[in-house]
Amino acid sequence: MQSGTPQHTHVLGFAVKAVQGMQNAIVPMAAAYFSMSDQPWAIFAALGIGALIGLLSAGMSYLGWRRLTYTVGAEDIRVESGILSRAARSVPYERIQDVSIEQGLIPRMFGLVQVKFETGAGGKDDLALSFLSEGEGERLREVIKARKDDADAGVISAGAGQDIQDAMAERAAPEPAEVLFSMDEKRLVTFGLFEFSLAVFAVLAGLFQYAETFASVELWDPEFWESWLAGPGSWLSTLGPAAQILGLISGLVTLAIVGSATGLVRTVLRDWGFVLERTPKGFRRRRGLLTKTDVVMPERRVQAITMTTGFIRRRFGWHGLKFVSLAQDSGSASHDVAPFAKPVEIAPIARAAGFAIHPADGTHWHRGSRKFRFDSAVIELLFLCLIAAVVATALAISGKGSPFYALIIAALGLVLASRQMFLWRFDYNALDPNFLFIKRGWLAPKLEVASRVKLQSVEIARGPIAKWRGYATLRLGLAGGTLQLEGLPIDRARELRTAIVTSIGATDFSELGR
Amino acid sequence: MDDTEDTLTPLHPNHVKLMRVIALLVAVPFVIASLVLEVSRVLPVGFFVVPVVLVAAFLVIRVPLRRYHARGYDMGGDRLRVVRGILFHSDTVVPFGRIQHIDVDQGPLQRFYGLATLTVHTAGTHNASVHLPGLANEDAAAMRETIRAHIRRETI
Repeated sequence: MQSGTPQHTHVLGFAVKAVQGMQNAIVPMAAAYFSMSDQPWAIFAALGIGALIGLLSAGMSYLGWRRLTYTVGAEDIRVESGILSRAARSVPYERIQDVSIEQGLIPRMFGLVQVKFETGAGGKDDLALSFLSEGEGERLREVIKARKDDADAGVISAGAGQDIQDAMAERAAPEPAEVLFSMDEKRLVTFGLFEFSLAVFAVLAGLFQYAETFASVELWDPEFWESWLAGPGSWLSTLGPAAQILGLISGLVTLAIVGSATGLVRTVLRDWGFVLERTPKGFRRRRGLLTKTDVVMPERRVQAITMTTGFIRRRFGWHGLKFVSLAQDSGSASHDVAPFAKPVEIAPIARAAGFAIHPADGTHWHRGSRKFRFDSAVIELLFLCLIAAVVATALAISGKGSPFYALIIAALGLVLASRQMFLWRFDYNALDPNFLFIKRGWLAPKLEVASRVKLQSVEIARGPIAKWRGYATLRLGLAGGTLQLEGLPIDRARELRTAIVTSIGATDFSELGR
Repeated sequence: MDDTEDTLTPLHPNHVKLMRVIALLVAVPFVIASLVLEVSRVLPVGFFVVPVVLVAAFLVIRVPLRRYHARGYDMGGDRLRVVRGILFHSDTVVPFGRIQHIDVDQGPLQRFYGLATLTVHTAGTHNASVHLPGLANEDAAAMRETIRAHIRRETI
């Protein structure tokens, strides 16, 4: 089989798909059998339906097989498919990161495999060929690896095909590693105290729900408490007001203690022995007390960095640093590399990943559009005033309370609106020769830094109001994360786009770390 | 640089017809429903039919044309620009160097009109797939070749 000619997948593939299609027939068959179970011919009806579905599915699979061809070309692999509609997909070899071969139970019985080509496209829209014979699958993988190596000649291959999350990577010989960041017990305890969490109360509330169901105690029913206060709990109302206030305070203190303790336990369990090292293979992070994790991430795969903080911990100068990459870190898209550190500790880590947390000298910070904030303020105010009007009408009609209570909602709208106007002062963006900086937030500012060349696309989006008032949202395609600048003056948005697209155009994707 | 609307290439004129056919297919059930209500005589003559037919006519005749004029693309030397939207306007630039793979799709109606949709996929989370419908089939194929050739050249 030479390259360049369209080929069909293995002929038995349609049989596998037909068998898989038969699985869909089981439910209708059962439904038919049970709905007609009082008739003597029910079993035949069910079998007939099964045969019909099987025939249809076999026919569709056969047609699909007839119409699907793949072509191993000189530069790309192409798949054309579709019975009524036609779809043609072309994947250039340079973009294939990994070729994986999968074998399910039914295909295994026929000696067939599914070959998947992973490209790392954001939409998880990869190319898959099902089904090929085992030999053809292997051959295709080798051919594509060889073609890809040709294509990648001159480009340093960063261990293509190796997953970033080689958790618990085997390391017999310790490699020379430079420790970038680690947390001792003292730091961990401080961090834990800031990780105040009331999650335990959610768990308790859940337990109470069970208690209610099993002990038939209505904990959310005021009458239960009234009767309890009148009966066994009557001593509570006999206490003086001073004692009641004391009780309230001790309750709040308990809440604070329990919340801090929960945060402490969770943090210690997760971040015990936190070490971030720089190894020849990339960043290596180890942490955990009961569940130990060991994650290695090549430096080139870091797409952007995020620096966050909390509104209390910020007063003490504590920040956290995360790396955004295509890999997943225990469910979230970004990797914690320094969850609790001072900016002086964070800057070297960012530098090691090829990023900076401060723009180069001579870069100006720009602000967002004032009109955008004004419009947002007006919209929020109008929205809450509308709610207030509805509530006022409802109160006036039902007579359950004075309609003036609705003024509280309107006042809330006023507060939200002034907050919008105030937030404008904390809304910055800057573009230096290498990075795009976005800083937002008043009490807990968040800094996002993206490398100009590691962005994938740039979109300027405008709704009707934005078009009329002259501002726009700039959406940047970032692998593994989202990055957008809302409410940017239209000229600034265009200026940023021109600059970023020009720097993207200068570097091809395959030259970046993948 | 490329921010003016006049450098944009319009889509194939058949795209308007295609959108009209689709709008018509959507509108027909509503028109039939209004006729049924009309025949049942619950309300004065024309109460249902007149507004429904007017709205349907607007959606079939006017809206596709406006949408067609709002859309456009620009194949630059190293980037593809896609502009769309009447109310919610979006203007996306995808550099060729960031395109992961390329699709050319044809639905049954599109095949009838000789049209195709070009879709480019990027690694980003925003705009993971950028669609450009309403291209003549051969144009879409030619654009695919141009982009692919560019990816190849950049890499070597």
